[in-house]
Amino acid sequence: MRAIDLFEETHAALSANKVRTGLTMLGIVIGIASVIAMTAIGAGAQNAIESSIQSIGSNLVIVMPGSQRTQGYQVSFSRGSSQTLTRADAEALASELTLAKAVAPDLTGRYQVTAKGTNTNTSVVGATSVYPSVRNVSMDIGDFISDAQDASIAKVAVLGPTTRDDLFGEGADPTGQIIRIRGIQFTVIGVTKAKGGSGFGSQDDTIYVPLSSASRYLAGGNHVSTISVQAIDARSMTDLQTEVTDDLLARHKISDPTLADFSVLNQADIVATASSVTGTFTMLLAAVAGISLVVGGIGIMNMMLTTVTERTREIGLRKAIGAKKRDINLQFLAEAVVLTFLGGAIGVGLGWAISFALTWFGVLSASVSLSSVLLAFGVSTAIGIAFGYYPARRAADLNPIQALRYE
Amino acid sequence: MIEIKDVTKTYSEGTDVAFQALKGVSFSIEDGEFVAIMGPSGSGKSTLMHILGALDTPTSGAYRLDGKDVSTLSDDELADIRKGKIGFVFQSFNLLPRTTVLRNVMLPLVYAEEEEGAREARAKKALLSSGLNESHFSHRSNELSGGQIQRVAIARALVNDPTLILADEPTGNLDSRTGEIVLGTFQKLNEEEGRTIVLITHEHDVAEHAKRIIFIKDGKIESDSRSHTRRKANP
Repeated sequence: MRAIDLFEETHAALSANKVRTGLTMLGIVIGIASVIAMTAIGAGAQNAIESSIQSIGSNLVIVMPGSQRTQGYQVSFSRGSSQTLTRADAEALASELTLAKAVAPDLTGRYQVTAKGTNTNTSVVGATSVYPSVRNVSMDIGDFISDAQDASIAKVAVLGPTTRDDLFGEGADPTGQIIRIRGIQFTVIGVTKAKGGSGFGSQDDTIYVPLSSASRYLAGGNHVSTISVQAIDARSMTDLQTEVTDDLLARHKISDPTLADFSVLNQADIVATASSVTGTFTMLLAAVAGISLVVGGIGIMNMMLTTVTERTREIGLRKAIGAKKRDINLQFLAEAVVLTFLGGAIGVGLGWAISFALTWFGVLSASVSLSSVLLAFGVSTAIGIAFGYYPARRAADLNPIQALRYE
Repeated sequence: MIEIKDVTKTYSEGTDVAFQALKGVSFSIEDGEFVAIMGPSGSGKSTLMHILGALDTPTSGAYRLDGKDVSTLSDDELADIRKGKIGFVFQSFNLLPRTTVLRNVMLPLVYAEEEEGAREARAKKALLSSGLNESHFSHRSNELSGGQIQRVAIARALVNDPTLILADEPTGNLDSRTGEIVLGTFQKLNEEEGRTIVLITHEHDVAEHAKRIIFIKDGKIESDSRSHTRRKANP
């Protein structure tokens, strides 16, 4: 039997009972579509989380006060509550580190902020002039805090766009206006560009003041809450982490690294952890979708077994006029594979449409990957072969005499 | 040329008691003969038909078809014999439903891997030989009358140009008038084209349309003679 004849037979058989063919195929369509959509949603979530981590800056090693309990993992730290890091530490790091591009210390706290008739509670970041380049902050209106303003302990403030909206109304230019932080007057000199909400606290709802001013007027003392160190490139981050740790251990005169009064976090580690979490999540979604695919496959097998029983006489006739076992086997296997392959193709289309719709309506930016499409096609065809094999074998093994007599 | 020599067939599957359906049958059929194998039900004629049609192999004895021994072949080799040398006509027609007459007749050529272009010409020739005309070719098989359906089945048996046409109770599901038409078709094929035809039946009236009648009873040949009162089909 030739391939073209096989195809024609398959077409004739499948179009003979279109409703049944369609319903059987639906199982595979739903299975494949859910696998595609679920992995796309997983990939979308992963992208969203990674980009929100990247939005706080690139190639960052972040030093925080507090103790690091377990080697390599940040199980618990009392961020902001201890005061073991100082501005002097940051300045020493800036001058001594070889792999650092920039060092940006900051002192963050939450304060009540008032303007004319409005007030809000927001985080106030004491920052230096390098902060925007390290933490990916760019300016919309005016300028960021300069070295001179930091040196002169100037009472100036840069607002995040959300804070600006809260205090002065949406889209207003607050430059030159006065705000009060903890009752102390600051002059607004600029507004940062919106970065969008991120899972790690919005950088849009923030006020930046010079680090020196934050130390003097708001927090008191000479400590800082974090030191962000930017590596010269992505490859040197691990080395930089070691360098930072060694340098600070030496400065704080601590010989045992397990007793360090600070902790050093590598941004790459955070990304990797988040990725592995979303990866597991995606696997879970795909596994649930995969179950529906298997159920669809069983539907195919059920239909093929019914077909073989219904067409027993026809199989007997085909054998009587010279069809061999192989011919019958191929014919029924081809039916199952074409069913699943078509179902797979429609399912990929549907899954893609679902992902597209989710992105279009802004629920989530789902992204369909080529590998998941290829995998879906492969799996659906494999299901056709796996679940079509047994019915096809049964058909091929029929005794022609008994098959012809079958009522 | 068909030679059957001391053929026996014993069924022992499923029961402890072996049942011997054929107890040593011998005969030969020359090319161009029209033979009826007759016998009551349970006589072993169906078993003989299966062996003649290469659907089954004898327990002992020899079956030579065109000089080739087919009594010891494997399933796939038997399929090749059926494909090339035997055309079947069944009591229950066994046409593919919802399929056109032409495609039904072309089906054996699909398994014979005949050239695509030649299939249709051969199928049309076979259909014309079995007394159908062009107007029926594109009908679906379930749109035809019983007599027409059986003639499509005859055309399907003819299309491979077989050594032997084996008809198993071909008039069993037809009324006597359409039965006559079908038997007339066999007579015409035998006389005008020299086809070798073996007709299996339990009805004396039907058997008498053949030139020679082999009567089987209890797995043995009781008589083998020329048809004395040969009937011409008279639809």
